[in-house]
Amino acid sequence: MDFALNEQQEMMQTLARDFLAGEYPEKVLRAVAESETGFDPRLWKKLAETNLLGLSIPEEYGGVGDFLDLTVVLEEMGRACFISPFFTAVALGAGTILEAGSAEQKAYSLPAIAGGKSIVTLAVAETSTGHFAEGIRSVATRAGDGFAISGTKLFVPDAQAADHIIWAARAETGITLFILDIKTPGITIRPLKTISGEKQCEVTFENVRVGQDQVLGYIGQGWGYLEKVLERASVATCAEMVGMADHVLRITLDYARERVAFGHPIGAFQAIQHRFADMAVDVDGSRFVTYQAAWRINSGLPAEREVAAARVWVTEACQRVVNSAHQIHGAIGFTEDHVLHFYTKKVRARGLSLGGIGYHLGKLS
Amino acid sequence: MDFAFTPEEEAFRREVAEFLEKEAPREYREKKVTYFDMASQPDWIAQHRRMAEKLGERGWLSIHWPKEYGGQDKSPFFRLILREELTRYHCPGYDSIGCGIVAPALMLKGSEEQKKRHLPGIASGRVMWCETLSEPNHGSDLAAIEVFAREEGDYFIVNGQKIWTTNAHFADWNALIARTDRNANPPYRGLTFFLLDMKTPGITVNPIINMAGHHEFNEVFFEDVRIPKENVVGGVNRGWYVVMSLLDYERTSDVAYAVAATYLEELEEFARECDLLTAAAKDRFARLRAECQVARLLHYRVAWMQSQGKVPNYESAMSKMVSFELLQKVCRFAVELCGESGVLAEDSLRVPMHGRIASCYLRSFGFSLEQGTSEIDRDVIAQRGLGLPRLR
Ligand SMILES: Cc1cc2nc3c(=O)[nH]c(=O)nc-3n(C[C@H](O)[C@H](O)[C@H](O)COP(=O)(O)OP(=O)(O)OC[C@H]3O[C@@H](n4cnc5c(N)ncnc54)[C@H](O)[C@@H]3O)c2cc1C
Repeated sequence: MDFALNEQQEMMQTLARDFLAGEYPEKVLRAVAESETGFDPRLWKKLAETNLLGLSIPEEYGGVGDFLDLTVVLEEMGRACFISPFFTAVALGAGTILEAGSAEQKAYSLPAIAGGKSIVTLAVAETSTGHFAEGIRSVATRAGDGFAISGTKLFVPDAQAADHIIWAARAETGITLFILDIKTPGITIRPLKTISGEKQCEVTFENVRVGQDQVLGYIGQGWGYLEKVLERASVATCAEMVGMADHVLRITLDYARERVAFGHPIGAFQAIQHRFADMAVDVDGSRFVTYQAAWRINSGLPAEREVAAARVWVTEACQRVVNSAHQIHGAIGFTEDHVLHFYTKKVRARGLSLGGIGYHLGKLS
Repeated sequence: MDFAFTPEEEAFRREVAEFLEKEAPREYREKKVTYFDMASQPDWIAQHRRMAEKLGERGWLSIHWPKEYGGQDKSPFFRLILREELTRYHCPGYDSIGCGIVAPALMLKGSEEQKKRHLPGIASGRVMWCETLSEPNHGSDLAAIEVFAREEGDYFIVNGQKIWTTNAHFADWNALIARTDRNANPPYRGLTFFLLDMKTPGITVNPIINMAGHHEFNEVFFEDVRIPKENVVGGVNRGWYVVMSLLDYERTSDVAYAVAATYLEELEEFARECDLLTAAAKDRFARLRAECQVARLLHYRVAWMQSQGKVPNYESAMSKMVSFELLQKVCRFAVELCGESGVLAEDSLRVPMHGRIASCYLRSFGFSLEQGTSEIDRDVIAQRGLGLPRLR
């Protein structure tokens, strides 16, 4: 066993940390959270120059690093409360193409993602509480040489900034994935406004025509691919939450050392110390259970139970951490001016994303 | 033992409900706005004042006061019934600070003149209050506050900064605690309690936006603000005793247990309509409903003690803490219940329950802080209530 990062992972960590420290100060976070597009094209270009957009994409397609490297980088992005389409493009878009795409599709799409030239989003859910196969009602019917697709998806991340969209619909033998240009006629994107500043959209397909070559993987096999993609994406989400919780713990510790009440730093009160002790358990536990799952995926081992354990435990633990952080900060942490609420909102949103923990509870019971 | 309301109390509840059926702002009912996220509505101050005056006209804001101060000598349960009905009807208009805190403190510690001067305004619903206790460097440790009031002839001259002052941006009067003796030992013996007209020159109010995006509290600066000596309550350097009784009233001013129960009920209806009532969700609802009953009883116990002429001690801290933490739990549960749509902002497409879910969720982080933190409440229960020793 080895609980430490290797040299390559440490390099990635430093790269991401330095990039975010330089390019993503709180001022930028505030601007991005309030912006309509949810990302800054200039920042995106710089991110592409670091090669981080190629994480977990094989080198032959212009990528770099493996899934553990991606996990390490996402933890850093969580720490900075990085609001961007990174997760969408890399964990969802590239992740699905890697899982389901033909060699041709990979060669076409992946280098563009890694190079920052294309953002691909993934549209699965049609209700707010679950990623379940039964929840997919959108239909693709044969039309000419290809298909005509109709349906509505909720919570499609970053559709407003995306160039391509992967769509899950029922076609012939079952759930099938399609990949298409997001500007294809018949597609309507309506932004939803979230409290976290992350961008989600409702996307409607009305008789959208696609060719046979736009089927991603095999007809009827879509849900199998998605299960794999969601497994990885769930761990990726956990990594972000770990980074956010860890940062929140750090700033709360700093505050508890400084803030004085009744003649003592509030960190000297046992009621506060016990909260901190629990936060430390939550952060350490979250990190290890996340990395165990990431390591299994990276090593090609079956990971279903480990992923489910991580998703369930980390979601609740990180929620406890931000709740305690607010309590310890007192009124100052309840203001818009303080940075804490950005983390609180994003941790909450992340915890509910990709169908929340319901799906994973099912896998564990 | 008897856990029933009297027929007179029941009749009052019906009377209030009938009135609110007609008068409560429709839009607030439709949107299910809660007392605590009222500030999410752009017209809330106007609605708050409008309804306060209507309640005042009926004599309901002072119904439980002694006759000599313009009340009707009713039991403290009448106040709770009024607030419970206002909650059910999502109706603003109850000035928690003026009616719930300042009035009872004045009745206990104010001079006859002060009572005559200030109680009628509160009862009428026309004069609204704020309280400036907390300072940037002193929240829980109130005895350490620094804002200073210097004696000069017939006046005290106040300088310094207060913070987190709810409603200071529209309140007419302010309950202020300030230091009048810097050398007092222990420091709480150097504090004085003042009533301050918010129109007095030298007061600056700046908004602070909370994490829900609402403007509820403020920072308040005092620059040579002159307060006539007749506005000292309870004696110079004896303000601590006024504050202590005030805090006990503050802790039972709001009816968070009722807000929780109403919200829970509406949430369940919403969940049923949207097919969200899984077995796990039903269990959560059931537990929270049981907790609502407990919280309500802990609050009623305090009202009962007051009706018997007993002075509640740790009981009000217990009631406040349980009610507010319960409401916080309900708000958190609501988001989980709704899944991803639980984090949609009030003005978003597809937002559930008119935006209440996210708005109440974000507002709920304040519940375990305002009116004294849950940590302080637990200290009060353990030390004042159970007699456990304190560390010095
Ligand atoms: C929504 C809202 C409305 C408010 N409205 C008003 C208002 O109208 N007027 C007003 O004057 N104030 C108001 N306040 C301020 C409120 O009273 C204070 O926030 C509260 O008393 C805590 O003070 P603080 O925020 O300075 O935290 P601190 O006192 O700095 O406390 C920080 C943390 O340390 C803990 N702590 C402190 N001492 C101890 C101890 N001895 N043992 C264990 N833990 C301890 C606290 O519980 C908290 O977790 C409001 C606050 C909020 C959130």
